[in-house]
Amino acid sequence: MKKFKWLVPTIYIIFLMLPIYWLLNMSFKTTTEIINTYSLWPQKFTFENYITIFTDSTWYTGYLNSIYYVVMNTVLSVAAALPAAYAFSRYKFLGDKHLFFWLLTNRMAPPAVFALPFFQFYSSINLFDTHVAVALSHCLFNIPLAVWILEGFISAVPKELDETAYVDGYSFWRFFIKIFIPTIVAGIGITMFFCFMFSWVELLLAKTLTAVAAKPIAATMTRTVSTSGYELGLLAAAGSLTIIPGAIVIYFVRNYIAKGFALGRV
Amino acid sequence: MNKTINQKAWLFVIPVFILVAFNAVVPLMTVVNYAFQETFGNNVFTWEGTRWFKQILRSERFHAALGRQFLFTGIILAIQIPLGIAIALTMPKKGIGVPVCLVLMSMPLLIPWNVVGAMWNIFALPEIGFLGHTLNDMGFDYNFTQQIGDAWFTTILMDVWHWTSLVVLLSYAGLRSIQPAYYQAAEIDGASRWAVFRHIELPKMKKVLTIAILLRFMDSFMIYTEPFVLTGGGPGNATAFLSIDLVKMALGQFDLGPAAAMSLIYFFIVLLVCWVFYNLMMRNEVQS
Repeated sequence: MKKFKWLVPTIYIIFLMLPIYWLLNMSFKTTTEIINTYSLWPQKFTFENYITIFTDSTWYTGYLNSIYYVVMNTVLSVAAALPAAYAFSRYKFLGDKHLFFWLLTNRMAPPAVFALPFFQFYSSINLFDTHVAVALSHCLFNIPLAVWILEGFISAVPKELDETAYVDGYSFWRFFIKIFIPTIVAGIGITMFFCFMFSWVELLLAKTLTAVAAKPIAATMTRTVSTSGYELGLLAAAGSLTIIPGAIVIYFVRNYIAKGFALGRV
Repeated sequence: MNKTINQKAWLFVIPVFILVAFNAVVPLMTVVNYAFQETFGNNVFTWEGTRWFKQILRSERFHAALGRQFLFTGIILAIQIPLGIAIALTMPKKGIGVPVCLVLMSMPLLIPWNVVGAMWNIFALPEIGFLGHTLNDMGFDYNFTQQIGDAWFTTILMDVWHWTSLVVLLSYAGLRSIQPAYYQAAEIDGASRWAVFRHIELPKMKKVLTIAILLRFMDSFMIYTEPFVLTGGGPGNATAFLSIDLVKMALGQFDLGPAAAMSLIYFFIVLLVCWVFYNLMMRNEVQS
């Protein structure tokens, strides 16, 4: 039995790669070929779909928009969550437990519930169709998650570290920036990864809050499909390209990924 | 960890509080507003009390959507949790295989949700998709856009594809934290493979598995984009889960009152289940 142990993860990975391969396969075909012939690899290999995306500004600005608000959200979430996670981990204060659970409830709120009120709210404060609107709205679920993960990592750092630093005459902020942040830098990296991930994959709110100027790539995809019929080749190419940023960030955090998914609580 | 009492800690929490409250309070109050009133536009509202709630709680459409939702979430948890544990147990523990497995397995988690839906759509289409074509070649009459069973099968397979890795990664992290000494002791005692799993590995994974179940429950209960792109809730209403049904009601038919009441009931159910899990999890944490 031990001998065949590797079979399970291998089969699983093959299962994971099949739809991705199929998407890639289609992205190198012309739409006519996709509809008319069934083949396991492109018969007439073409880069046409990718060229269209990189030369047509309605397509590539979608990518820039997505990356823009995702980065904004990641920085904002982590910067705000860091002191809060420290407070939750180190101190007892009035209403701390309730506040923590209240934060988590926002991670549990179905985005579908909030779609319409978000649209009205952000329109009324003149932020509709801006990158800031999407970045702010994604704070709803990313901040609770960031606080949760960081709290796990911070609690793993012994309190003696703080106390020694104070004895050595460090002020709080000097300690926090010079000693504490470098200590939990892995945790911060993981948290940024998660904020990036959830902001990158979310579409419902991003689509609701944008029209033209800040439209994310994923929304550009859905619109093109519905208006111009079956541009399957283009759709596949655009989809394939959305996998790349994720693959890059995974590569950077590969050694911490398992621990990160456990929210630092292993 | 023993914590010091420090009310000034609130100052650290204020930025988070403001950012989340900004997003949570006003929109939630808007929903509450709609849930108790009737509007004909122009900001004219009339008080309706609990009428929308009664209407939703009695409506067969809501019961059906709720039933589908629980069935879906139940099936998802029943497949993904055991499968995730099994894969984590068989994953390599050292060498080049580790990062390769981790990176490849995380891939589905980082693909935008509507791309997941679109990808599975073209993967499963009977004429041009690999899955659809292969199943039909094997003699199955498979067409997920027309047959209810096939639509469910495809949606579940898609979710297994999309999210099982989360359970794998969590379980794997739990397994990695077990000291080799435990295994050595078990070997000396001549413990069977099952006993090792039951008495060493499973207890060590308890904490991460609670997180896994909590996350998978929340996310599968809120699922919207992937089935919306894959099946559009069809055929008919066969895969119209709660979120899909809700958006249909709110944006499609503009029945804001009932939709808002449904939102609140929906949110309340999620909260209730999560509260139970959260307390379980916190108890685990206090114990360890």
